[in-house]
Amino acid sequence: MTAAAEPSFPPATARQWRRSEEARGLALISPTFLYALALLFLPVLIVFLYSFWTQDYLTIDRTFTLKNYRQALGEPIYQDLLARSLYISLTVSVITVVLSYPIAWFISFHGGLNKNFWLFVITIPCWTSYLLRVMSWKVILGYQGVMNTGLMKLGIIEQPLTSLLYNANAVIITLVHSWAAFAILPIFISLEKIDRSLIEAAADLGDGPIRRFFRIVLPLSMPGVISAFLIVMIPTVGDYVTPQLVGGKEGVMIASAIQASFGKAANWPLGAALSVTTMVIVTLLAGAIVLGLRLIVRGIR
Amino acid sequence: MSGRLRLLPVFVAAYLLFLYAPILLIPIFSFNNAASTTFPLAGFTWKWYVTLAGNTVMLDAARNSLIVGVSVSILATLFGICAARAITRYDFRGKRLTSGLIMAPLFLPEIIVAISLLMIVLAMGAELSLLTVILGQTVFCIPYSMAVLVSGFEGFDRSLEEASQDLGETAFGTFRRVTLPVVAPAILSSLLVAFTISLDEFILAFFLTGTQQTLPVYIWGQLRFAAKLPSVLALGSLMLLASVFLLTLAEIFRRRAENRKILQEVPHG
Amino acid sequence: MADRSMISIHGISKYYGPYPAVSSLSLEIGGGEFFSLLGPSGCGKTTLLRMIAGFVEPTDGSIRIDGQDVTGTPPNRRPTNMVFQNYAIFPHLNVEENVGYGLKRLRLDKTEEKRRIGEALEQVRLSTLGSRKAHELSGGQRQRVALARALVMRPKVLLLDEPLSALDKKLREQMQVELRSLQQAVGITFILVTHDQYEALAMSDRIAVMFAGKLAQVATPKEIYQRPVNRQVADFLGGMNFLSATVTGDTNGKVAARTDIFGDVVLEKPPGFTVVEGKVTLGMRPERLRLLWEGETAAKEIRGTVSNRHYFGETTHLSIAVDGLSAPLSIIETNNYGADDLPIGAGVRLAYDPDALVLLAE
Repeated sequence: MTAAAEPSFPPATARQWRRSEEARGLALISPTFLYALALLFLPVLIVFLYSFWTQDYLTIDRTFTLKNYRQALGEPIYQDLLARSLYISLTVSVITVVLSYPIAWFISFHGGLNKNFWLFVITIPCWTSYLLRVMSWKVILGYQGVMNTGLMKLGIIEQPLTSLLYNANAVIITLVHSWAAFAILPIFISLEKIDRSLIEAAADLGDGPIRRFFRIVLPLSMPGVISAFLIVMIPTVGDYVTPQLVGGKEGVMIASAIQASFGKAANWPLGAALSVTTMVIVTLLAGAIVLGLRLIVRGIR
Repeated sequence: MSGRLRLLPVFVAAYLLFLYAPILLIPIFSFNNAASTTFPLAGFTWKWYVTLAGNTVMLDAARNSLIVGVSVSILATLFGICAARAITRYDFRGKRLTSGLIMAPLFLPEIIVAISLLMIVLAMGAELSLLTVILGQTVFCIPYSMAVLVSGFEGFDRSLEEASQDLGETAFGTFRRVTLPVVAPAILSSLLVAFTISLDEFILAFFLTGTQQTLPVYIWGQLRFAAKLPSVLALGSLMLLASVFLLTLAEIFRRRAENRKILQEVPHG
Repeated sequence: MADRSMISIHGISKYYGPYPAVSSLSLEIGGGEFFSLLGPSGCGKTTLLRMIAGFVEPTDGSIRIDGQDVTGTPPNRRPTNMVFQNYAIFPHLNVEENVGYGLKRLRLDKTEEKRRIGEALEQVRLSTLGSRKAHELSGGQRQRVALARALVMRPKVLLLDEPLSALDKKLREQMQVELRSLQQAVGITFILVTHDQYEALAMSDRIAVMFAGKLAQVATPKEIYQRPVNRQVADFLGGMNFLSATVTGDTNGKVAARTDIFGDVVLEKPPGFTVVEGKVTLGMRPERLRLLWEGETAAKEIRGTVSNRHYFGETTHLSIAVDGLSAPLSIIETNNYGADDLPIGAGVRLAYDPDALVLLAE
């Protein structure tokens, strides 16, 4: 019986009915869609166009050129920034996913009746002020910060360490902290979807706990791992606040260069080209990672 | 298995410490009677909170944040309701494409969303103001609102509307007496989530605001001055309290929505 | 029971594109009748019910309820009420508010409203649970709330869309009895949609069997079970032994035929039945064949061997191979005399009643 899918007063023929079902759906989604089209698609399209133009102080030259891309991909400083941004975001994603998986596992398999409570506890810190969370790490890792004073009190070090703050590692630690819940949630959801009897079936067929994990749980939770990876990696590539506050000179990332070309440097086309380059590289990288992870899982099976 | 069972709780505890310790430092230092943020603590004081009360720039920023937050949560929820209802209720071609674009901000570096919006605003010759912040943050908040609303609407059983009609109620009466009350928790939850995100959102506000600051933009300006840090931490503690309160509310409403869903999923017994 | 016509459906069709869910179907249902629409999923029975309720508008044809043409009338202005398959209990309201939902529109005074709600809850034996929230109810209780909510509106016709399919077996059987006595107590027409033949047989005054959007047979439970008009109906309602026979005589009301194992028989011809190429199909229900034990004799008997045996607790289903038959005969024996101990390959004698044979259209 497909009765539940029928509209209350359908027109005479199925074609009309489908058309109206379709029309109603499209009509209902169109305000939101048009809004996203105007304030997301169109702006990104303009960034794309700008990346092929040139700017001379306040005038824009609209002749097509690849000059901005030569600059974005050719100049060592942008190469370095891009490479570091990718390195940092990849490292952050790997660490976050590896740390988050056991937590998601714990909530899903040992959370009992309090799963929602655990999720709530895990997500609360990620909803607090982003700026202050980063600031807090500055307080922890600073020259006279919590970490240094603590370690000196314990007698482990005599002089405050200067290597804690203002480098790529400080950026990585802070970002791992910021994105934890975003990785836990998708992994948790995919673990929840696993039919527990599959694990029992694997045990019944002779697999021990470790084999069960690698042959059943991990492959089936892979969609969650992949989306966790992407949901962390993509935004962190373009993170601005963290490198600015705790990165110092050694921790600068591409977002600072993008911001500078729209601010002080006033070279919009270069900023646009850097943005497009970042987006393209991130997309390619994301695709490669998805493929890679799938292949690894296939190999295990 | 038993080995892992013993290791796992230790790991979970360590992880929670890692998650919470930096957050807890904020209120701790906001009550510390010293301008520097170092241990040992120098005694308890309310003075950083007292200075906040007389800080008109901060209060202006707070008022701006409130205006932006309320506008964004209403707009994002309205747009979210349309899209979530379309997705859960109707089948149409282009569903993936349209919802894909709407959800895209989740998968774009925020700075790129921010600068592209900045470019289009300036290209159109419009003024940067709180309005541009509102418009920009709405795009950014819609995906989160949608996620909350879709899960709320998915539980909505069409036969409830039919039952109401069958019992003599008109289409409008059905909407008022059945549809709205049943999905109300999801809508409230969406409002709260969007408000909370807007309250904390920095990048878009930083790029898109004119002379009027929101709270995060104000805080960003203060972070350069070490002496101002304790009162910023006091402000941060208050915002933290507000966020936790709002999210607890959102969670309560979400659970209420969940209960209504469960009702329709377990017909046995 | 069916004293006067309550629902009269005339030439009704519902097309989804080129596909008919219901095609030119006519049906009369009497006042105070417990009427079942029985058929496999996709046969159009739910579409027919939803057309009576007003949720689906027919492509063609008309529906009259109690003499009034309601074709095109929206559901909220029809004298029918429905119990939905998943009960559709309003989750934000408690039991009393659910039951009182439709009364609110009638603007009764408060005491009258309360009285009617109390009365309806009593009818379904839920008086003590009035303030329960919907999510605190069990499946059986939800069903009672759905019933009370519909009955409180005092409809002329109560429509039930597979109301028992979500309940477990024991509760389902209990509710069958309760629904039947409730219907007799309130005395209005009940129309039940079900795919469960036992449910339809146990509860109904009359049953309409539907296949592919058309009525195959409308009759009392006993008639439908014992005298199915065709092979499909016979098969849907339970086990049946099918035999082919050669026609030896064909008059107006009767057909004479020769079978391989039952010899010459004379059968009543169902309306509209025509003999094709001198061959017909006959059917006999398994329980109409009976094992004969040592010393027992019967007027009509045949011999065979046990080829298969399935134990069902109170009964045993046996397959008996008979010379001259390609498929073995199925029989059902109660486990009184040791049918469950018969070894495979044992020779047996079967008693049969030629009157239990029916003529089946293909």
